[in-house]
Amino acid sequence: MNEKYETHEHDVIVIGAGGAGLRAAIECSALGAKTALICKSLLGKAHTVMAEGGVAAALAHVDAQDSWRTHFQDTLFGGKYLNNWRMAELHAREAPERVRELERWGAVFDRTPDGKILQRAFGGHTYRRLAHVGDRTGLELIRTLQDKGVHQGIDVFMECTITKLLKDGERVCGAFGYWRETGRFVVYKAKAVVLATGGIGKCYKITSNSWESTGDGHALGYEAGAELVDMEFVQFHPTGMVWPPGVMGLLVTEAVRGEGGILRNNQGERFMEKYDPKRMDLSTRDVVARAIYTEVKEGRGSPHGGCFLDISHRKAPYIRQKLPSMYHQFKELADVDITKEPMEVGPTSHYTMGGIKVDADTGASTVPGLYAAGECTGGVNGANRLGGNSLSDLLVFGRRAGAGAAEYANRAAPPRIDQTQVENAAGEMIGFFDRPGAADPYKLHVDLQNTMQNLAGIFREEKDLTMAVARLEDLQRRAAHVGVVEGQRMYNPGWHLCRDLHNMLICSQAIVRAALLRKESRGAHSRLDFPKYDEYWGEHNIVIKKEPDGMKVQARPVVKVAELIPLVDEKKAKETK
Amino acid sequence: MSIRTFSVWRGDKNGGRFVEYQVEVEEGMVVLDAIHQIQRTQAHDLACRWNCKAAKCGSCSAEVNGRPRLMCKTRLDALPVGEMVRIQPLQTFPIIRDLVTDVSWNYQVNKKIPPFAPRPDASWVMLQQDVNRAQEFRKCIECFLCQNVCHVLREHERKSEFFGPRFFVRIASLQMHPMDSLDRLPLLKNEAGLGLCNITKCCTEVCPEDIHITDNAIIPLKERVVDRYYDPIQILLRKIKGEKASHAGGK
Repeated sequence: MNEKYETHEHDVIVIGAGGAGLRAAIECSALGAKTALICKSLLGKAHTVMAEGGVAAALAHVDAQDSWRTHFQDTLFGGKYLNNWRMAELHAREAPERVRELERWGAVFDRTPDGKILQRAFGGHTYRRLAHVGDRTGLELIRTLQDKGVHQGIDVFMECTITKLLKDGERVCGAFGYWRETGRFVVYKAKAVVLATGGIGKCYKITSNSWESTGDGHALGYEAGAELVDMEFVQFHPTGMVWPPGVMGLLVTEAVRGEGGILRNNQGERFMEKYDPKRMDLSTRDVVARAIYTEVKEGRGSPHGGCFLDISHRKAPYIRQKLPSMYHQFKELADVDITKEPMEVGPTSHYTMGGIKVDADTGASTVPGLYAAGECTGGVNGANRLGGNSLSDLLVFGRRAGAGAAEYANRAAPPRIDQTQVENAAGEMIGFFDRPGAADPYKLHVDLQNTMQNLAGIFREEKDLTMAVARLEDLQRRAAHVGVVEGQRMYNPGWHLCRDLHNMLICSQAIVRAALLRKESRGAHSRLDFPKYDEYWGEHNIVIKKEPDGMKVQARPVVKVAELIPLVDEKKAKETK
Repeated sequence: MSIRTFSVWRGDKNGGRFVEYQVEVEEGMVVLDAIHQIQRTQAHDLACRWNCKAAKCGSCSAEVNGRPRLMCKTRLDALPVGEMVRIQPLQTFPIIRDLVTDVSWNYQVNKKIPPFAPRPDASWVMLQQDVNRAQEFRKCIECFLCQNVCHVLREHERKSEFFGPRFFVRIASLQMHPMDSLDRLPLLKNEAGLGLCNITKCCTEVCPEDIHITDNAIIPLKERVVDRYYDPIQILLRKIKGEKASHAGGK
């Protein structure tokens, strides 16, 4: 092969270095595979650091009755029974061991009075279940994995963006990307690839996500032929900051409510009584987000268009100890002292339940050699994710995808790179410099975010979604003309955005097309024109695949496990009482 | 809504200059918002790092009006009204482009620190009061502002013989972990160059996580090194007890 570009060869490459990517890389490398970890930012900066409240695992340290069975039931109830049952089972069974393993790797969780890992209450969890470190659990997790990983011989490639997966016939054989710093191209040859790229938050205007959440793994997988599932389910976290404007959407951890925080409207009413009298403020996120949205829409909102969240009835030192970053965040960014006055909060796009459809046990996608883990996959969360289940998801399935990829690499033939694919990928990136009178990528991004926010947000209906489809087609046409207005290839965010738009458009189309097809309301997907559950849709996921004639959207039965039916029936009976 | 002037350093390793931008300012805006607005409307290629926008990832470190800060946490209304806001990259690290610097040296240093190694008999029962200190150090978001202001690194450029405050905090978090079994005092004394720190506390002052770097990490580590290598009474006691210097002290 003519190695015109910098080329690296590994058994497995892991794309994305948040919790899932790190955990996958650690497992791969522990199994003897030569492993590369590739990330868009510096190592340790991934969006996992924004996970605040904790990692859900039925350790039963605080509530002795807890077990994996209850965690499984809660996860299915939260996901409105659209979850991949096998994934939910593995997740609930293995999360405690993954948390204990983190402790053995140096993580320092908050403690119970008798010196065990402390657990806190969270929305939708029957028992106090979230192992945590104040309100910075994600940082603890990523730092622990990072320090474990760098001493295990993983090759880390920081600030490198992957734009294409390379294929050898049906199988994946590597990836093409560019160094953000120099703009130079780089080719990774690999026997197996793990996608762990996180979410799609940047498709929306109001989001808790960073610039990185552009749906790269979703799009890379889709374009390589992998199936996506549950894309219509986008989680709006009920509590994001609403003021000042610059921080709109910034996450306010559910731990505030876990520690006793109360939601009120401008009449001083605890409005959750109307929406979920049983769970109140700790109802599932879909329910709370809709409740706040409704209160605001009906004129009972706070001055800046949210509602009030009050924790000031707890003692000030307790608040500062258990919610230190919330205390500082509000104090410094909004001039609000949360030990004395309520916060103003409103829904913010936070997480996508949808993603690459994978085999529960191995993380294998439908494309040979392609694996995925974490937020860029779909299945474990169904129609709505419970808080705390993402950190456990990425530990459990990061490990499994890493093992799956290593095992595949072990028996796979050496990768063969097709130079034509490489040149096409390079040509695409160079093309952005070659467009006189190029369209402005930032403007297109704003238009995309407004489209998704206004037409495919918390509440949806046929006419909006149909309009969204048309607008996205228009944006797609415009995207063919975006280009670099100024600057060269060295660390040029304008150039990077040109390519990121491509991924965000694929994800947005998948979300809207699936939302249009699902004619019911369930979990995070609420249709004003179909406000009730539908029996057929309660038994079906929506699967999306790239076909020669475009995006194919179809319903497919939920993946169930016969032995777990009694557990699920028990939960259904309990919840309908 | 008012207009403010920002003077932003633009350039690369071959040199650069400050460029002025006018930005429409809203209530509650932070410096990073202004940088994003400049990027979106005036300079698409303005390079800066950022991620969480919530002071949790430590990516957007820069020098604002000469002071090292996280741009996402620096409110414009906290800066002198009517004056230009001057933003430049961290000065201690090699420049890549505009506000982005090459901080890879820090990652190399981190790799030299022997990682957590639990005692074989670790029970994993730890009381909250026993982990408070390690938790304080583990709050570090690796913004490298402390490394940026440290005289040993900034003025004296002794990166080859000094790990810097960030990594003393890291070592302290390991040394003070109740279940850890390793002795990192020889590392601190020799390769990490702990003795070069003359406790000016500049690192503590700029820490956005309010970690008491000097008082809680560096000074206790210095005391342990002194006890081990320089305290005549301790040395005598060890001789009487027949312990070897490399195994005593520490925990």
